[in-house]
Amino acid sequence: MSALTTGWLGAVVLSATVLGVAMTIVAYLTWLERKVAARMQNRIGPYEVGFPHGWLQPLADVVKLIIKEDITPRAADRILFNLGPLLVVVPALTGFAFIPIAKGLAIVDHAYSFLFFTAFASLTLLGVFAAGWSSNNKYALLSALRMVAMAASYEVPMILALLIPALLSGSFQLTEVVEAQRGLWFIGYPLVGQVAFLIFLICALAEGNKSPLDILDAESELIAAYNVEYSGIKFALFYAGEYAHTLAICALAATVFLGGYLGPAFLPGFVWLAAKCLVLFVVILWIRWSLMRLRIDQAIRINWMILLPAALVNVLIAAFWVVGR
Amino acid sequence: MSAAPVEIVEREFGELALNMGPQHPSTHGVLRLVLHLSGETVIKAIPVIGYLHRGVEKLSEHLAYDQLAPVYERDDYLAPTANSNAFVLAVEQLGSIAVPRRAQWLRAFVAEWQRVSSHLVWLGTLGLDLGGALGGGTTLYMYCFRERERILDFLEEFTGTRFHTNTNLVGGARYDLDAAMAARSDALAASIKTALPELWAMSGGNPIFQERTRGVGVISADLALGVGVTGPTLRASGVSYDVRKAASYDAYAELPFQVVTRTAGDAEARFQVRFDELAESLKLVRTIVAGLPTGPIFARKPLKNPKATKLPKGEAYAAVESPRGELGFHIVSDGSAKPYRLKINAPSFKNLQIVPHLLPGGLVADVVAILGSLDPVMGDVDR
Repeated sequence: MSALTTGWLGAVVLSATVLGVAMTIVAYLTWLERKVAARMQNRIGPYEVGFPHGWLQPLADVVKLIIKEDITPRAADRILFNLGPLLVVVPALTGFAFIPIAKGLAIVDHAYSFLFFTAFASLTLLGVFAAGWSSNNKYALLSALRMVAMAASYEVPMILALLIPALLSGSFQLTEVVEAQRGLWFIGYPLVGQVAFLIFLICALAEGNKSPLDILDAESELIAAYNVEYSGIKFALFYAGEYAHTLAICALAATVFLGGYLGPAFLPGFVWLAAKCLVLFVVILWIRWSLMRLRIDQAIRINWMILLPAALVNVLIAAFWVVGR
Repeated sequence: MSAAPVEIVEREFGELALNMGPQHPSTHGVLRLVLHLSGETVIKAIPVIGYLHRGVEKLSEHLAYDQLAPVYERDDYLAPTANSNAFVLAVEQLGSIAVPRRAQWLRAFVAEWQRVSSHLVWLGTLGLDLGGALGGGTTLYMYCFRERERILDFLEEFTGTRFHTNTNLVGGARYDLDAAMAARSDALAASIKTALPELWAMSGGNPIFQERTRGVGVISADLALGVGVTGPTLRASGVSYDVRKAASYDAYAELPFQVVTRTAGDAEARFQVRFDELAESLKLVRTIVAGLPTGPIFARKPLKNPKATKLPKGEAYAAVESPRGELGFHIVSDGSAKPYRLKINAPSFKNLQIVPHLLPGGLVADVVAILGSLDPVMGDVDR
């Protein structure tokens, strides 16, 4: 590795690169989502802004949101209200720091990077709750309360599902987890891998507020959820945070289940990683734009009655497997 | 029926009064609901109406009978022809005006097409309520509107207007169906029929949809009759009442069709009744095209001065089965060219009366599911 990827300079360069790439991808994910949704709905989607196929639309959206008036409601708690978007977007982007993009190369390659990632992913909850609470809006409050109920439920099977790759690889270090998949991706492990991936995917829908588990921004009930009072750049930050969160979770799933940067050598590792992320993202979109939304009690019942027992049994089987190996 | 201010009082600690509407994505227009919540459970619901009141009944007292039919098409704006149909029936009853048989069939023809188009809008918006604008709901909505768009295109070609077709005249029908249009109608009905299984798979056949609607907002037959709900909402509670059969008008006495009923009385039953009515109405339009009698479509002499039409003194009430239920017009005539008093018996208004009985005990998510399953049209509620 050259000087640009080692030492403190390397850390800065790498962080800036990953952050820039991630933010650009996040902006274009909105375009991708609109295009995919439009195709599913017999529409064209963004077309006019930029030739071909409205590729400048994300840029136009960002510029529009930046120059819009930034409103803070009079009755809102100003400090928390302004802190909310930051608390959402920063942890969501921090997650990318732990994703290995090549052999032994991640911005933070910690022995427990796996746990750090999940911890940061859960931190977005704080921002959402701060936003919902401080807006002093009843719809936002209801949404924030739903968020707490959902996150408290779905974190559990999600972490349990993520234990499977950790168990199989015997490490909490994401770079090690990827290297352990050289022979077979963890999704390929019969039953254990697939069940864990499925549970993780369902929990990812809940964590990323995607239908059918987008209980907290159920806009047909709660109008626009926790960010109902936000406008302009703060709204854009929430939006970016949501997509970054979804992308980070896709990246994690690609890393721990689909072999991360591993792939045939004719393409560099990060391209494989990005491709796997994108495929997962489109799968999430596909689910999102096909299904109705569950009610909150139904969503939480599914979690405690089905996902949690399944995840526990799965961990047990995987543990026996690893011990007997 | 002005929008009286409702005092919102949070009576005890832990109770949250939530004002839902009149600007809200799933209140189907400008319905306002004051919900008292305990956690997410609704403990009290007060519907507030009147935000779309346009004084149509008062306006009626200032226009001649022949000028009025198009006005009422703006009431229930998802099935315009049902409104004018009920009005012309009442006028014809009052004035003992005979309607040619072909005109009666043509009225039923447009009414059935608009029933299909209205039910498609309802299905799409129910999807929006259950699935949200950022999710599977929009997909169902777009699929429904794709089919509805073709009906509107057909009606535009047939009547010159996509929506407020203004087919019904006092004493006849305005537009005649020629062979080419009849063939187009048949082809369209056949093609929409093939799209129905797809719509079913996205809604009623989907486990999440069933989970959201089954056992939600149950109306017992007693409650339904006591409150006076009508139409598919009543038929979903096991009461087989359809004005087309019970007090047959237009050509419906001669037309074979099934009155769709369900007994469960929940949101899913209301969904199933309307969905089956889609197929039933598509069958009906093909029957009408096949059996359309020959003859004139207008009984009276051409009008030069609409104000010359005077009705005898008296009262008359006539009702039709609009896609939302029994839609009736009560006219009081003092012998002049204008109604002395006119009262519209609107199905959406009656169906909305059930809301305070249904919502308590449910969750906020059930509120939108129940409202969507009632299919209220605010233009019909407030008039």
